[in-house]
Amino acid sequence: MYTQELVTRLYKRMSLIRRFELRLAEIYHTDAIKSPVHLSVGQEAIAAGVCDPLEKSDFISNTYRCHATYIAKGGDLNAMMAELYGKEAGCAGGKAGSMHLVDMQHGILGASAVVATTIPVAAGYALAMKMEAKMTGYQRVVVSMFGDGGTEEGCFYETINFATLHKLPLILVCENNRLAIHTPIEKRWATERLCERVATYGIQTHKIDDGDVFKVRDTIARALNHIRQQGEGPIFLECATYRWLEHVGPRDDHQDSYRDTKEYRWWQENDQIIRLGNMLDEEIRRRLDNEITEDIRAAEEFAENSAYPADKELYTHVYAS
Amino acid sequence: MYTQAERQKEFVDAPSSDVRLIRYVDALREAFEQEMERDPKVFLFGLDVDDHKGIQGSTLGLQEKFGKDRVFGTPLSEDAMTGVAIGAAMAGLRPIHVHIRMDFMLLCMNQLVNMAAKSHYMYNGQVSVPLVVRAMIGRSWGQGGQHSQALHALFMHIPGLKIVAPSNANDAKGCMIAAIRDNNPVIFIEHRLLYAVDGYVPYQSYEVPLGKARILQEGDDVTIVAVSHMVMEALRARKHLETAGIYAEIIDPISLWPLDINTIVESVRKTGHLLIVDNAWLTCGASSEILTQVYEACSQTGESLPKMARMGFAFTTCPTTKPLENAYYPNSRTIAAKVYQMIKGHDQHWDLPVDIKTEIDAFKGPF
Repeated sequence: MYTQELVTRLYKRMSLIRRFELRLAEIYHTDAIKSPVHLSVGQEAIAAGVCDPLEKSDFISNTYRCHATYIAKGGDLNAMMAELYGKEAGCAGGKAGSMHLVDMQHGILGASAVVATTIPVAAGYALAMKMEAKMTGYQRVVVSMFGDGGTEEGCFYETINFATLHKLPLILVCENNRLAIHTPIEKRWATERLCERVATYGIQTHKIDDGDVFKVRDTIARALNHIRQQGEGPIFLECATYRWLEHVGPRDDHQDSYRDTKEYRWWQENDQIIRLGNMLDEEIRRRLDNEITEDIRAAEEFAENSAYPADKELYTHVYAS
Repeated sequence: MYTQAERQKEFVDAPSSDVRLIRYVDALREAFEQEMERDPKVFLFGLDVDDHKGIQGSTLGLQEKFGKDRVFGTPLSEDAMTGVAIGAAMAGLRPIHVHIRMDFMLLCMNQLVNMAAKSHYMYNGQVSVPLVVRAMIGRSWGQGGQHSQALHALFMHIPGLKIVAPSNANDAKGCMIAAIRDNNPVIFIEHRLLYAVDGYVPYQSYEVPLGKARILQEGDDVTIVAVSHMVMEALRARKHLETAGIYAEIIDPISLWPLDINTIVESVRKTGHLLIVDNAWLTCGASSEILTQVYEACSQTGESLPKMARMGFAFTTCPTTKPLENAYYPNSRTIAAKVYQMIKGHDQHWDLPVDIKTEIDAFKGPF
C-alpha cells in the first residue's frame, strides 16, 4: 500500500541518520568531535516521518538532540559533520556544535541546549509565516519538535495557548522517549494524559504509540493539508519512541540501573529501519546502503580536510550590522 | 562631537519651526507611528498595548491605524511572548515587545539571554534578531520592591544585547527609531516619571544613534554622568551648584551598551572630577563599568586619575513607604552635596535649599 518510492525515501533517511550517528559514536573516542553529542539512535522514525511531507520552504525547529531532524529536513551533511568537528566550513562556522545545528536555507531553525526554549521561537516564526501568507496566498508551516521533558516547562503551555489564540500554522511534535536525562516519566508526570491536557486548548491532538514511521508521516501530511487549506493551526502530535543510547555521549547504557531492557527489546523488535529494509528489494537496499556509506565517508573527509576558524572569527557576529 | 543641544524644557534654546513641545510619552508614540508607516515589518505587542489606556498613552490609536495584526495585546506569558518575538524577528519582522514593568522581564531571561542575545553569533550570522523590548521602570510613589526596578546592569553583562535609557523626549523618539531599525535586540528603558515631561521634538523622523553619549550642559569643574531619570536630578543639582560657583558638565550616556566612554573620558580630562549617578544599584552596575573604563583609559596613557565617586539606589529592596523611599533614591540635593564635597573636601557640608517641585511631586497614581 506504500509506494516503493516512499519506502525507499524513508528507509534512506532513517538509515542515514542512524549510521551517521553510529559512526559518530565510533569515532567519538578519538576526540575529533570535542563537544557533547545527544544521539537520536532509535528515534529516527519520528524525524524522518515528520520531515518527509514538508516542503523545503517549511521550517523545523529542534531541540539539542537535533542531528536526526537536521538530516531528515535536508540539512547539508558535510556542513553538519564539519560543524561537529568545529571547522570553519561547519553549518555555523564551528560556533554552534552539535547542540545548535542550523540551516536556514533548508528550513532548519537553530537548536537550543535549553529544554523547551525553541517552542515559542517556532511559534514566532509561524506568526511571521501567517502574516506572510496574507500577502503571498501560500501558507508555509513550522514544525516544533521537543521531548517529553519539554512539555514540563511553562513556555510549552504558554505557547500552545498563544498559538491557538492566533491560529498559527504550527505543528507541535512531542518525541516522548519517557526519559529526561535519567529520570523516568513516572517520576515527573502526575498523569500521562498529555494529549488530553493539550486538547483542552481546543486543538486537534494525535498520539502514535508504536513508532510507526508511516503513521507519523501520514499524520503530518494530513496536518499540513489542514493548515495550508484551512489556514488554521496549531496541531499537536505525541509520538512514543525510545532512546537506545545514553542521554549524552556515544555509549549504550542499558547496563545502568535506570534502564528497562524489556522495553528496549520491544523497540528493537519493532525497529522501523529493519522493517522498511525488509520491504525493499534486496538489490535496491544494498544500493541505498552503499550510497549512505559513501555520503558519510565524504562528510567525514570534508570535515577532516576543512580548516579551523581563524582567531579573528571569535569576534564576528557578536552584533549584527 | 555629538553635542546637540539638550531638549529639556527648562534649559532649551528658542525652538525652530520644525519642532514643538510634546511629552516624552507622545514622542515615543510618534516614533512607533512613523516607523510603522515606513516599514510594514514593524509590529508592536504586549499585555495591554491595545487597551483604552494604551501604555500611558504611548500606543493609543496605533491599532486603529495599523490593524490588529500589527498591534495586539497578549496573554500574561512573558517568557513565551519573548520567544515569539524572537522567532518573528528571525523570520524578518521587526517586533516591539512591551512590558509595563521591567520587573516582569525577569520572566523572560532565558529567551533574552539564551536566544535573543546569542542567536546571531551562535548561528554564525544565518539569523539576526531585530527586536525592541520596551521596559517601564520606576520610581513613582509606593511602587515598592517589584514594580520599580531598573535592571539595565543585568543586560549590560550579556554580549549581543544593546541597552538604552533616554532621558528626554527628543532622545526618546530618535532612540526608539534607531532601536527599531537596529538589527540587534535592544532593551529600551523608559522611566515613568519622564513620560509626562515635555521636550522639543522634531516633527520629522530622525535617529539618535545608539552608542553616542550627549553632553547636556557644559561645565569645567566636575563631570556628572547620570542615567535615565537621574539626568533630571543632575540638571537640578547643577543649578544648585552654580550658586556655589561650581560648574558641572552633565553627560547623559543615553546608550548604556554600547557605551560611549570616549565622551566621558574627554570630559573628565577637562574637569578632573567624575560623579556617576545611576538610576540603579551600584554593585556590579553601570557605574562600576564606567569607573573601570575611565580607570583603564587613564592607566593606558599614564595620566593622573580623576577624583571619582558614584551614587545610586540604596543597596536595599525598594521600600514602599514615602520617607524610606525618599531616602532610597538620590536627588538633586544629595547629588549637589556630594559634588560639593568632592570639590571642597570631605569635611565640607552644604545646607541646600529644597527644590520647588519635581516630577515625583507632580505624580498621581495609581498605575
